Amino acid sequence: MTALLEVRGVSKRFGGIHAVKDVSFEVREGTVKALIGPNGAGKTTLFNLVSGVFAPDAGTVLFRGEAIQGRPPHRIAARGLSRTFQHIRLFAGMTALENVMVGRHPRTRAGFVAGMLHLPWTWGEERQIEARAREALDFLGIPELADAEATSLSYGQQRAVELARALVSEPELLLLDEPAAGLNMRETVELARLVGRIRERGVTVLVVEHDMGLVMNVSDEVVVLSYGEKIADAEPRAVQKHPEVVRVYLGEEDAA
Amino acid sequence: MRRAGSSRYARVALFVAVVVAVQLATRAAGKEFFLTQLTMSAYYTLVAAGLSLLMGYAGQISLGHAAFFAIGGYATGALTTLDLSARRGEALVAFLERVRVLAARPDPYGGELLAVHPWAACAAALVLAFAVALAIGVPVLKLKGHYLAMATLGFGTIVYSVVLGTSALGAADGIGGVPPFPVAGGLAVGGGRAARVANYYVAWGLVALALLLLVNLVESRVGRALRAIHGAEDAAAAMGVDVARYKLATFVLSAVLAAVGGVFLTHYNAGIGPGESGIMKSVRYVAIVAVGGMGSLWGTVATSAVLTFLSLRGYFGTLDDAVFGAVLVLVMLFSPQGILRLDARAALAAALGRLRRTEASP
Repeated sequence: MTALLEVRGVSKRFGGIHAVKDVSFEVREGTVKALIGPNGAGKTTLFNLVSGVFAPDAGTVLFRGEAIQGRPPHRIAARGLSRTFQHIRLFAGMTALENVMVGRHPRTRAGFVAGMLHLPWTWGEERQIEARAREALDFLGIPELADAEATSLSYGQQRAVELARALVSEPELLLLDEPAAGLNMRETVELARLVGRIRERGVTVLVVEHDMGLVMNVSDEVVVLSYGEKIADAEPRAVQKHPEVVRVYLGEEDAA
Repeated sequence: MRRAGSSRYARVALFVAVVVAVQLATRAAGKEFFLTQLTMSAYYTLVAAGLSLLMGYAGQISLGHAAFFAIGGYATGALTTLDLSARRGEALVAFLERVRVLAARPDPYGGELLAVHPWAACAAALVLAFAVALAIGVPVLKLKGHYLAMATLGFGTIVYSVVLGTSALGAADGIGGVPPFPVAGGLAVGGGRAARVANYYVAWGLVALALLLLVNLVESRVGRALRAIHGAEDAAAAMGVDVARYKLATFVLSAVLAAVGGVFLTHYNAGIGPGESGIMKSVRYVAIVAVGGMGSLWGTVATSAVLTFLSLRGYFGTLDDAVFGAVLVLVMLFSPQGILRLDARAALAAALGRLRRTEASP
């Protein structure tokens, strides 16, 4: 299998803090890779470096072999990389359906002039956008929420809408930033099943997560970060036994 | 849920019906002289409608939109009143006259005046507004919230100072003697009682056309992207929306619309003064959008028509500016969503939905 995403020697500093230090790893096509580590380990920063929110100070990020580091987020999204946010970022004042329809942006093209003139070719595109958005809501099991104001939904429902919005563009790589945060046990189990279904669709997944149960359950490989550095990169079971990982998670005395 | 596609034309049709009804009402009431102020408010409404798109949908404020109105008005005013008849010997002038960019007309003293034809002047004015909006928008739209408000305020102040201080633009007197704008078949945008009714329809027809374009835009892929930018800019970018470009395009579009209003009102009034570019004018447009409801084009248009008409008729007397200032304060305090918010129905439905959900849960 080839690497869909390659992170090579990426570093990022914020003032005096070295948030990510020379991190390298690969995400192979069709797999689920997890990124774990204690709070402040640099997971979200790494995510933001991949999705274009920040540019790395050093290193390269290759997506399908092409360098994407430092490119603006909308260009990276257009290449087939989609994401969710740790703190849910739904569009206020729009329905769940409309939120998901925005997610279809990279796959559609009606601009200002076509929109103002309501040109006939855009009608089909609009219908297609809505149909895809409804499909995505169906896939998440929330078709009945289509017309609800997105930000008025429950936390778990908002997470689902955000996922539908990320999936509707048919991304090649899906970045999930702590998708289980704020979910109860039942919802977390459902989420694990959902990640499996997303993967069955052929979408490669990179997930930042705190919930170890979920990570061990869904991922093929796990990267462990600590203080901005990679300390392990292996299968879940191997990672669990990795002495450095045990030390970081459980404390010094257990290291031996 | 947003209004469905077919009802957008129903709303435009309703709007046209109201425009016709108002005209018939003024005739029935024997107050046809109201049409003059109603016509003027149509041109100001173009500014408000564009600003509504910028503020209510894309979520970007501008405290300098009167400047774009003035740029349009002053450009067409200056170009249609300059006199090149003494320079007919020059090749360029002769050429421009031959291709009818320049047109001769009698001046008030029995002589002849050679100036830019209103259509060419209008085109030049809109290109100028477009260029200025682009030049200002690129650096300024990187700013957010208060900072964007301050920067656009500064831009408005500059334009006001320039038109006030430039003698070629008439300084404090402004520009007068601007010719009517020939539309078609002898009909021209200009003063005069004979064409009062026709002018009323030309002006509001222009508003209806602008509304049709804007409503289409709002209901399109771009409209959703603009509302997404308003809702969560970083998430919009992550969904592939080129945030900077969309903001800029919206800013430029609203600026050009303001300039269209400026061009036609200047021809209608046969002139323009520096007051049109003043800060209070910009504040007034913002107040109108605020009352009409952020994100409601129809509310903005209705508010603009009524408030501007009342103001032009002098009902607010010497408190004219104070009325708009007070309106702004009151709306921000008590109803930041606007008073005439037409999607109030959606808000109500959402509230009912919440109620149902709380009832359903034990």
